[in-house]
Amino acid sequence: MDWVNAIIQGILTGGLYALFACGLSLMFGVMKVVNLAHGDLAVVAGYVAIGVITVTHVPVLWSFLIVVPVMAVLGYVLQRTVIQGALDRSVLTTLIVTFGLSVVIENGLLQFFTANSRAIGTGLGLVRGSFTLGSQIQIGYLLVVIFAVAVVVLLVLQYFLTASKYGRLIRAVADDREAAQLAGADYRHVFGIAAAVAFGTVALAGIAYGMYSQLQPTTGTDTILLFAFAAVVIGGLGSLWGTLLGGIVLGVAQQIGAQINISYEVLAGYLVFLAVLVLRPQGLTSRRAQS
Amino acid sequence: MPSAAADRPGNGTPLLEVSSLVVHHGQLRALDAISLRVFPGEVYAIIGANGAGKSTLLRTIAGLHHPTAGSVRFDGEDVSRVRPERRAKRGIVMVPEARRLFGSLSVQENLLVGATYARPGPWTIERVYEMFGWMRERRGQRTAQLSGGEQQALAIGRALVANPRVLLLDEVSLGLAPVVVQRIYGMLPQILATGLTVLLVEQDVSQALRVATHIHCLLEGRTTLAGKPADVTAGQVEAAYFGLGPAAAAADGAEAADTPGAAGGGSADAAPPGEGSEP
Repeated sequence: MDWVNAIIQGILTGGLYALFACGLSLMFGVMKVVNLAHGDLAVVAGYVAIGVITVTHVPVLWSFLIVVPVMAVLGYVLQRTVIQGALDRSVLTTLIVTFGLSVVIENGLLQFFTANSRAIGTGLGLVRGSFTLGSQIQIGYLLVVIFAVAVVVLLVLQYFLTASKYGRLIRAVADDREAAQLAGADYRHVFGIAAAVAFGTVALAGIAYGMYSQLQPTTGTDTILLFAFAAVVIGGLGSLWGTLLGGIVLGVAQQIGAQINISYEVLAGYLVFLAVLVLRPQGLTSRRAQS
Repeated sequence: MPSAAADRPGNGTPLLEVSSLVVHHGQLRALDAISLRVFPGEVYAIIGANGAGKSTLLRTIAGLHHPTAGSVRFDGEDVSRVRPERRAKRGIVMVPEARRLFGSLSVQENLLVGATYARPGPWTIERVYEMFGWMRERRGQRTAQLSGGEQQALAIGRALVANPRVLLLDEVSLGLAPVVVQRIYGMLPQILATGLTVLLVEQDVSQALRVATHIHCLLEGRTTLAGKPADVTAGQVEAAYFGLGPAAAAADGAEAADTPGAAGGGSADAAPPGEGSEP
């Protein structure tokens, strides 16, 4: 029964990891940018949420209505300025620039918010609340909600990319930037929109993690970015639903590792990550790898 | 420059005017002082061998290359510094070499992208479906499932739905079987009937001479011949195409027809039809 429990918990955690990963995957898929500041931006979103809740007294669960648009605008602006500037030089430059961004954000957070960890208190008993399956399996409401949010986010992203004008332009620009220009599309603007969407998911990831666990200035790189990266690689680069599959595989591996020995939790996840990199570098869903 | 515009039928003001254009690829001078004027309603064909600078010229007009010197004027305005996407919105739309369709999009989505920033005009996706009958039933397919000729037709359709004023066609015949090339060029009258002007690059000289109202031959980035197809002889074209020197260019057609290199007397079918044709 403990094993069943571990697997269920792992699957649900996979939803959180998919939230971490889908923005990273989108930015890589569209503009070939590996955003090393991805996790730190999620932490920023979490801190913004804490600030918004404290100042405006909006209900905690609705804070995303403010934080997501704020992060989306930040995404557009960062893409049109810093990231595009780096892209114009080379893809490698974007790695250095986003790494720099990551360092700056992390130290800025340390400076202004200290190294103390903060959580987004839901105040609803949602964090502690859980229901029992059978006799031994306890499932927290919050993880179920986060998993559901992740699935909804992926569905909305998929609908946006396939059925909307800008989604179509994003795919066209990802296919052939120059041909899209010849059709009248300003790829910089399209990149900006893709970044805005990605940053919107980053905001949700930060808020979700702030509720699920605790945020520290270093959480962005040591947890969120690494887990996002692992989920993207396991699932398959550039694949949207692959991030959910990758997140679930990572989550289950961690929970099984923890079941064996609590200190193996993180290690087990990275072992699977390494195994996928060696045995199936295109990821478990290989649709993108073919094209 | 030999652009004999004075006796051109279109007259009025040129729609597109390229003046003393110089373009470099790194150290290489790809285009050297090219000038041309395209009048409304013309089919202006740029011919020349591989590496003559034809595609570079077309891509510079579309805005994908930046000139070192000279200017591109469109409808009286200097567009030399205008971004390619803005030129497309103003009506300079190019069908790029090798088609460059959006591979992860369906046939219909490719047309929808083409129509996103369309100018108002006669061309709609519906009209493209009417012109290419097969396209409607296969609108949900990915472009990889199309044959080379179908892909080319789609690339042209994607450009048409933007309602260009001047349509730039880069090597439409490349890699296609002659029958397919004929079929695609057979659509040209329908396209011209909607008031478009066409500027095309073609390696297949006989094809260019058949459809063009004006030809312009490039050799190593320089203009070697320009005029109406009726006014130039096969010998002149051949000399300009291969760069046989001013003496050879001056020689009359009868002499050139004897040259072993010439494929045929009248049509100067000098160019190889591109690498590997497909049905």
